[in-house]
Amino acid sequence: MRKVQSLADLQSLRDEFRAEFCPADVKKVQVKIAMATCGIAAGAKQVMNHMVEKSKELGLDIDFTQAGCMGYCYAEPTLEVSVPGRESVVFGYVDETRADEILTKYIQNNELVEGIIPVNYETTD
Amino acid sequence: MATYNKHILVCGGSCCTSGNSAQIADNFKSTLAEKNLSNDVQVIQTGCFGLCDQGPVVKIMPDNTIYTHVKPNDVRRIVEEHIEGGKKVEDLLYVNPITGERVEDNKEPNKFHKKQIRIALRNCGVIDPENIKDYIAHDGYMALAKCLTEYTPEQVIEVVSASGLSGRGGAGFPTGKKWASSARAKADQKYVVCNADEGDPGAFMDRSILEGDPNSVLEAMAICGYAIGADKGLIYIRAEYPLAIERLKIAISQAEEMGLLGDNIMNSGFNFHIELRYGAGAFVCGEATALIHSMEGKRGEPTFKPPRTSEKGYNLKPTNVNNVETYANVPIIITKGAEWFSSIGTANSKGTKVFALAGKVNNVGLIEVPMGTTLREIIYEIGGGIKDNKKFKAVQTGGPSGGCLTERHLDIPIDYKSLTQAGSMMGSGGMVIMDESSCMVSIAKFYLDFTVPESCGKCTPCRIGNKRLYEMLDKITKGNGTMEDLEHLRNLSVVIKDTALCGLGQSSPNPILSTLDNFWDEYVEHVQDKKCRAGACKDLVQYEINPAVCVGCTACSRNCPVEAIKGELKKPHQIDNSICIKCGTCITKCKFNAIRIK
Ligand SMILES: Cc1cc2nc3c(=O)[nH]c(=O)nc-3n(C[C@H](O)[C@H](O)[C@H](O)COP(=O)(O)O)c2cc1C
Repeated sequence: MRKVQSLADLQSLRDEFRAEFCPADVKKVQVKIAMATCGIAAGAKQVMNHMVEKSKELGLDIDFTQAGCMGYCYAEPTLEVSVPGRESVVFGYVDETRADEILTKYIQNNELVEGIIPVNYETTD
Repeated sequence: MATYNKHILVCGGSCCTSGNSAQIADNFKSTLAEKNLSNDVQVIQTGCFGLCDQGPVVKIMPDNTIYTHVKPNDVRRIVEEHIEGGKKVEDLLYVNPITGERVEDNKEPNKFHKKQIRIALRNCGVIDPENIKDYIAHDGYMALAKCLTEYTPEQVIEVVSASGLSGRGGAGFPTGKKWASSARAKADQKYVVCNADEGDPGAFMDRSILEGDPNSVLEAMAICGYAIGADKGLIYIRAEYPLAIERLKIAISQAEEMGLLGDNIMNSGFNFHIELRYGAGAFVCGEATALIHSMEGKRGEPTFKPPRTSEKGYNLKPTNVNNVETYANVPIIITKGAEWFSSIGTANSKGTKVFALAGKVNNVGLIEVPMGTTLREIIYEIGGGIKDNKKFKAVQTGGPSGGCLTERHLDIPIDYKSLTQAGSMMGSGGMVIMDESSCMVSIAKFYLDFTVPESCGKCTPCRIGNKRLYEMLDKITKGNGTMEDLEHLRNLSVVIKDTALCGLGQSSPNPILSTLDNFWDEYVEHVQDKKCRAGACKDLVQYEINPAVCVGCTACSRNCPVEAIKGELKKPHQIDNSICIKCGTCITKCKFNAIRIK
């Protein structure tokens, strides 16, 4: 990676990375998994590995990323699914069975499955 | 298979459920079925929307519509007018509490007026903590760049001071003032230290920040270094936080690689290097002076202040010590401005506070609320109320240094001042909710049980005094306490607070004092009536089998580890309380609820 030279340089890098990490129009399905210690302890890593495998089997092209704590300790493991053209949805209590449902029902068929957690906070951006 | 083009989300949080949301969901399903729409529109119950005061809540996707105060007989209108007719039901639409207008189309679905605002946690759960590019995409290091190009060090401190940010590690000292004092100190070398010791039992705010957004802390430390004239940063983190450590290491090396840490950052001539130091998990090492001694390789014991660490700290050089969450607020204060930050919160406490909400609430979690939020809002709206419909009894804030507040404190707007006035403290952010099954004398004893072995032993009041306090509490919970003990308990608590060397001993009696104040009757019951109303003190309770309910299945007697239960098959059993050790096994094994605690 090259070194950032100035404020202006950082701004242009930011715009470049924005296009990569938070583009205005998302073209690919994104699954973001809460992977703080507690999420991992609750099984987030297994769920993610399982989903990666399963999505390959199903021929789904999905971007998986890890993130930190989403705050819903009572419902770990939790993950957020963003499908192009739809509002993103957070699912909690995700075990392998629910992970399969999320792939086959929600992502493939736009059918919601149990465990939806409405985001209950505002974030400053 | 159905291909839905609309979804109806019905809140299934506990407040909405008590407002009949299950009936609402059923009505939607039957009305849709009647109209042959079941294959087009899906109805599903969700977790809590956090709009409890406006429940039951229904959301229609993808129309960006939220309906509030929905009643079961509103369902038909919503289906006919909105789903079929394409016209939103005006009088049920969510009302924006600031403008007072009904919101027809919520383009930004996450911008509802919510009880929680994430500032310190803004990137947690949003970005990939192991990829600095994701942080930069979210304006990462812009604050540092802005400071280095547009602000003098004095101006940086002015912004931090004007924002009203104060320390999130417990004491609430004004951050700008601390930075100014470190900046004033003259020395050839200064240090910026991040306190990531997080020793309060049950607290995990700082770990979550470091695991979810490590770069924000690094960026803030560099800003602090620029402001006070330090080129070295040290993060003191407990070795029990391996994932946070790993992510910090990754973040440091990526930031160095991109020239955002290191020498001549962004060609400004400013150098800043950050290293990690590991703690072994002693509670006292979170105290700033003990922390510094621990980093120096000495015993983790506190020393008398003054001199303050900002004048003589690490290696006797001026050292600015701040908490993780304090730092996490800094970059966004720089980018959004002091005015923005100070507009959030109360007159004397600005911004937000992160709490680890735990105990007997339905939604335990990591929450961030603006200062001034009430305990009631936290417990009943964000926390979703008390588990199993039990009755609220107390809320503990401030960990071993804090206290227990009761029902009558639920409506005070929480900030540093009000919590202290009420007899507790903000602390670092642990918040434990208790229901009627918690014995307040035992709770006080629990915290003393924690502090006694955590005392470093350097000063007598803390080393010996806390032990005596514990012994008295133990005596009371065993039914051997006297009214005189209660008086001693209070007196000794006050003496320890007044005479201990550091914050540990100066605050360790708080759990006792606050429970004496708020739950005096319960102490008296333990002493005079030899009774524990919560049924938690084993020596004060008796187990009893209700003969009218017991069917004589023998599950209890077969599982009793001390054979204290006797009885014939199919006949009511009896417990011999002189043998019973009150382990509770029989209660969990009894399928008929026949065993009671008296
Ligand atoms: C016994 C004891 C334990 C402490 N533990 C911590 C801790 O784990 N984390 C922390 O940030 N501050 C802790 N503090 C407070 C620190 O002494 C210090 O006030 C704080 O780190 C300053 O940062 P702030 O101004 O940003 O809050 C503790 C204090 C005492 C007396």
